[in-house]
Amino acid sequence: MSGAPKMVDEALAKSFGLSADEYARVLDIMGRTPSLTELGIFSVMWSEHCSYKSSKVWLKQLPTSAPWVIHGPGENAGVIDIGEGLAAIFKMESHNHPSFIEPYQGAATGVGGILRDVFTMGARPIANLNALRFGDPALPVTKRVVDGVVRGIGGYGNCVGVPTVGGEVNFHAAYNGNPLVNAMTVGIARTDRIFLSAAAGVGNPVVYIGSKTGRDGIHGATMASTEFGADSEQKRPTVQVGDPFTEKLLIEACLELMQTDAIVAIQDMGAAGLTSSSVEMAGKGGVGIELELDQVPQRETGMSAYEMMLSESQERMLLVIRPERREAARAIIEKWDLDYAEIGRITDTGRIIIRHQGRVEADIALQPLADAAPLYERPVVETPKPAALGNVVSDLDLGEALLRLIACPDLCSRRWIYDQYDSTVGGQTVKRPAAADAAIVRLEGARRALAMTTDCTPRYCVADPEAGGMQAVAEAWRNITATGATPLAVTDNMNFGNPEKPEIMGQFAAAIRGMAAACKALDFPVVSGNVSLYNETEGRAILPTPAIGAVGVIADAALAAGIAIAPGQDLILIGETRGELGRSLWLREICGEEDGAPPAVDLDAERRNGDFVRAQIISGVVSACHDVSDGGILVAVAEMALAGDTGVELTRHASSHAFWFGEDQSRYILAVRDGDALLAAAKAGGIHAEHIGRAVAGQDLTLSETVAISLPQLRDAHERFFPSWFAS
Amino acid sequence: MRAGILLFPGINRERDMVLAVRQSFGTAPRMIWHKETALGDLDLVIIPGGFSFGDYLRCGAMAAHSPIMRAVADHAARGGYVLGVCNGFQILTEAGLLPGALLRNAGLRFLSMDTDMSVERADTAFTSKYAQGEVIRAPMAHGDGNYNADPATLDRLEGEGLVAFRYAGANRNGSVRRIAGIYAPNLRVLGLMPHPEDLVDPLMGGTDGKALFDSLAAA
Repeated sequence: MSGAPKMVDEALAKSFGLSADEYARVLDIMGRTPSLTELGIFSVMWSEHCSYKSSKVWLKQLPTSAPWVIHGPGENAGVIDIGEGLAAIFKMESHNHPSFIEPYQGAATGVGGILRDVFTMGARPIANLNALRFGDPALPVTKRVVDGVVRGIGGYGNCVGVPTVGGEVNFHAAYNGNPLVNAMTVGIARTDRIFLSAAAGVGNPVVYIGSKTGRDGIHGATMASTEFGADSEQKRPTVQVGDPFTEKLLIEACLELMQTDAIVAIQDMGAAGLTSSSVEMAGKGGVGIELELDQVPQRETGMSAYEMMLSESQERMLLVIRPERREAARAIIEKWDLDYAEIGRITDTGRIIIRHQGRVEADIALQPLADAAPLYERPVVETPKPAALGNVVSDLDLGEALLRLIACPDLCSRRWIYDQYDSTVGGQTVKRPAAADAAIVRLEGARRALAMTTDCTPRYCVADPEAGGMQAVAEAWRNITATGATPLAVTDNMNFGNPEKPEIMGQFAAAIRGMAAACKALDFPVVSGNVSLYNETEGRAILPTPAIGAVGVIADAALAAGIAIAPGQDLILIGETRGELGRSLWLREICGEEDGAPPAVDLDAERRNGDFVRAQIISGVVSACHDVSDGGILVAVAEMALAGDTGVELTRHASSHAFWFGEDQSRYILAVRDGDALLAAAKAGGIHAEHIGRAVAGQDLTLSETVAISLPQLRDAHERFFPSWFAS
Repeated sequence: MRAGILLFPGINRERDMVLAVRQSFGTAPRMIWHKETALGDLDLVIIPGGFSFGDYLRCGAMAAHSPIMRAVADHAARGGYVLGVCNGFQILTEAGLLPGALLRNAGLRFLSMDTDMSVERADTAFTSKYAQGEVIRAPMAHGDGNYNADPATLDRLEGEGLVAFRYAGANRNGSVRRIAGIYAPNLRVLGLMPHPEDLVDPLMGGTDGKALFDSLAAA
């Protein structure tokens, strides 16, 4: 982008991602032809990524408040009260487009970016999670992307010392040219020490801290707002490069500075870098801001104002500080070997004015930049409701079907992945990856712990986006519940195709509708989120993927339930089983079909069953608990047996695959010492429960004396996929 | 036993170490910034895990040249106790306080899981609360834990009984002679890759690491 000055006109605006109408609006606001820097600022602020111009009208439907919500959407991350004077601050964000172009750096900087969203509010990050979707494993490119993404997440998270404790992975050909990398960070702060981004105090210095600014990532936010074509490879320079060591210094420096009263406002420089941070901070505060770009720490020579304002160099923060604290602030930042530079000041003009080398490079009124941002109510065509699946049978032996299912890429062990993530740093990880339905991380010095999960079932969403959106929220709520924790709030990461296509917008609208219904019924508000649209390559969209990140709290970490069973325990199934095979993994993996309607979620039953299960866990009678989801009852039982390394005798008589592999919702398997007592409690509470078997000594999983599978055989099948894929 | 924990930029397991020390010692350790030049009246210096200076050069190479390391060398020369875990072990080898080097893991991937290791001798200040030959569990989390040294050094370590811990079962990072940790000749400087400080609480999955800190508290 450097070199000869560019003529600013409609054609250039178009290449920056602004439509003709949008450019006309820019001309109207400015009353003149904007400078290159000004055009750059408009184009990133009005990009889909920063403005939510296609999604905002729908996002408003989501419930965002509850008595425990301190800050909902609109801040850098959501903030909820978790008791004892503490707040959990969390958000999930996508880094999809960069992760396909350059998987390692794309994923690494995704982790870095979401960490900054959380610690910028004053929280020490205590956990990272991720939700990943990859293409067909048969393609060599998929293996390259998986390898790079996993290394990138580990490379960054391990170095900054935040444990990566959970996540999910799916494979589907719809993600071939467009993998999804959604990263979530959860942090903890005192409720009376939460930092916001609204600038205030005319004359207060604007301070830049962190890494120097280079030419990397220029127009990354614009790239994230367009489809991929065959030229994606040429977009590599728009991908940022991460430096987790500097991020670690930035975390410690910010948290140390936050112990003082120096900070008036703070925001990370994420997408659209210095532009979005300065515009948003001043805009939120209703003030003006002036920047002197000559003061910006620069990594390269000869950078233009345009390049500095649009750079997405990583590990940088923008602060407004009290002038009388500037020396104390400088001392803390420099102790951590980071750049500290006063690059401007807060004004009362309501304008952003950018100066560089004695010239005014940009002068824009902030209010129209924000208020006149385009907002689209794009045409919507709803996905037709799918017909119910007809009668499907398989003559495959139940045991064979189980072995095949538990080995498939969507259900196999994720050990190969999480063994590359430091999950114990911090010394508070109570339930590591795969030990429980949600990760459990204790709060330092307390009995209290957080339960965290990410969930979405895209194959349900593509068939029925409304049912799929509802199911994603319900499953997240269920996974938190299955540990004994109380689900509190949600962050959503909406990954969809091109919103200019009515069918895609229809998926989006329906998914939101389903999510909103579930969030309302389950008292599970959305407190933060991110929208990633244009996830298409050469015109083909991904499966609609409204990924849900959720947080819950459990008052005593010692009560948290995992999935490992032990001999002598009764296995009780909670919830009704009709045998729903539509869109199930069984249908796909055993019959080779993706058909029918996804299982319906009865939100009343969801709530009832979940509240019952949680109360039982907290009362101490439950030894292990696992929700029944992908692969149905038999897969859930097998996972519990493998986790406990013990045999199971299933005594429930049922010969149909639909019973054992159906994916009916709102179900759990509880392992208890006294099955009769639990059945009686369920009956008293009007909860459907049935005794399905027992954990036994030994290494066999037996089913009605007709099927017997050895645990080693099961384990071999379950553990095989990733190591053998990467050995080949 | 007065303990201090060194802080280099990029160290990230200091909080875990503080908790383990406080639990066994009954007192909080002193935190020492790497630019300090004196250790004061400490009996035990702990270098925790992490990525000092990002480990962008060889792991631990930059930290080994921090100002505080001169004081650590003096402390060790006077017979003071030093414990280096993970990056701390790497720093001790880079500083020449322990022999050998930690190379990239054999599989060239970061390894994060529990490992078993045998206590090679239970008569040191670090291991007196363990039994000789006891196999204990500890989380490991490293990309560069593959211990290596020249054969003469290895023979000397073995001959003088300076191997502290050996991987039992899988030797995932490929360390020569399954070495997980080693002592200096006076048995007062210990470096090891796995993290006993992360297994000192039943809620975190076990207490196998606690005896190491209990041993030091009693030394």
